[in-house]
Amino acid sequence: MDDAESIVELIPRLRRYARALAGDRAAADDLVQDTLERAWAKLHLYRRGTDLRAWLFTVMHNVYVNQLRAARPGVQLDEEMPELSQPARETDALELRDLDLAIGRLPPEQREVLLLVVLEDMSYEEAAGTLGIPIGTVMSRLARAREKLRTMLSGLPPGGKQLKIVR
Amino acid sequence: MDNAPQEDLELKALSQALHQLYDPVLEEPLPGRLRARRQRWRAPAIAAGWVILGLCAGTIAGWQLHASRPASAPQAEVPGFVKRAAVAHATYSPEVRHPVEVGADQEQHLVAWLSKRLGAPVRAPKLEAVGYSLVGGRLLPGDNGPVAHFMYQTAQGRRITLYVRTEAAENRETAFRFAAEGNVKVFYWIDRKLGYALSSADLSRDDLLSVADAVYRQLNP
Repeated sequence: MDDAESIVELIPRLRRYARALAGDRAAADDLVQDTLERAWAKLHLYRRGTDLRAWLFTVMHNVYVNQLRAARPGVQLDEEMPELSQPARETDALELRDLDLAIGRLPPEQREVLLLVVLEDMSYEEAAGTLGIPIGTVMSRLARAREKLRTMLSGLPPGGKQLKIVR
Repeated sequence: MDNAPQEDLELKALSQALHQLYDPVLEEPLPGRLRARRQRWRAPAIAAGWVILGLCAGTIAGWQLHASRPASAPQAEVPGFVKRAAVAHATYSPEVRHPVEVGADQEQHLVAWLSKRLGAPVRAPKLEAVGYSLVGGRLLPGDNGPVAHFMYQTAQGRRITLYVRTEAAENRETAFRFAAEGNVKVFYWIDRKLGYALSSADLSRDDLLSVADAVYRQLNP
């Protein structure tokens, strides 16, 4: 299988990650489309034998960061996002749509790390390579992302209650 | 990082929830715009492979307009020039006696004239390789100034039209996008100074896409 075919096979994975990253469907597919165009143009930079998926995710990360910068010039990527205005819910069940909403409210750089590690099942090392950041930064962003999710979803102090899943 | 058993459990629950949330995306049929490759070909073999892959990649899926979350970006509308292109196709392609203003026998003159009127170098791509020969072209009024309109047909008289207009914003490139206006199917894209819309009333979407590929390659050798 050549690189072009491999890229095509990975499009659904890119879409899943983009949907989680960008939120709505149109914005996510815009992100995938821009990523693919850039990937085709830069395919000669991809080193064969290395992880093509990680390379594509890196391309998507770069496109995403550029989009964020274009949309919000001068805004620090690390700035705090507003917390949910809703008070803590009186339920210990984690509802999926709340999670979706909460993911969307994470700072982008924390959202990326969380999704790469927890959804895409990358090791800290792979995530660090994909995003071009130190492993320590991956770990701290992941910790902060989980902390924020806990706060947003339960309103409880960290470790106070376990997440439960309901369908 | 604390690796207490409770943390692991919680991560696992989070992972399961994320997969429940986002795994359905893996099963969604790919929208056409993600199947149409727009970059210049590195090699003809890759190009051919891509087109075939594109055709095989799955059933053609309706691009359903619903967002899983309130949209933060508006769904792209079909641009006005695409509608105009579809109308021009519907108007001129059935024409028997006067399908074009200037025939292919005066191609050089046609191209020079349209380039002058549009204020940009316009070319009529050669599409013999995909079975279409130039009938000729005409000048049309557009919402953004004059428009070049080329008509091609197969030996059986099946026609496609290529609508070319100047773009206000330069140096923009987009991928192929698809629209259907009535029974006219259109692939459209923007390539630097010019916007293109390729229309057909009787080709399948995938066949029209392969002609659009050929047009793009001709214009970007």
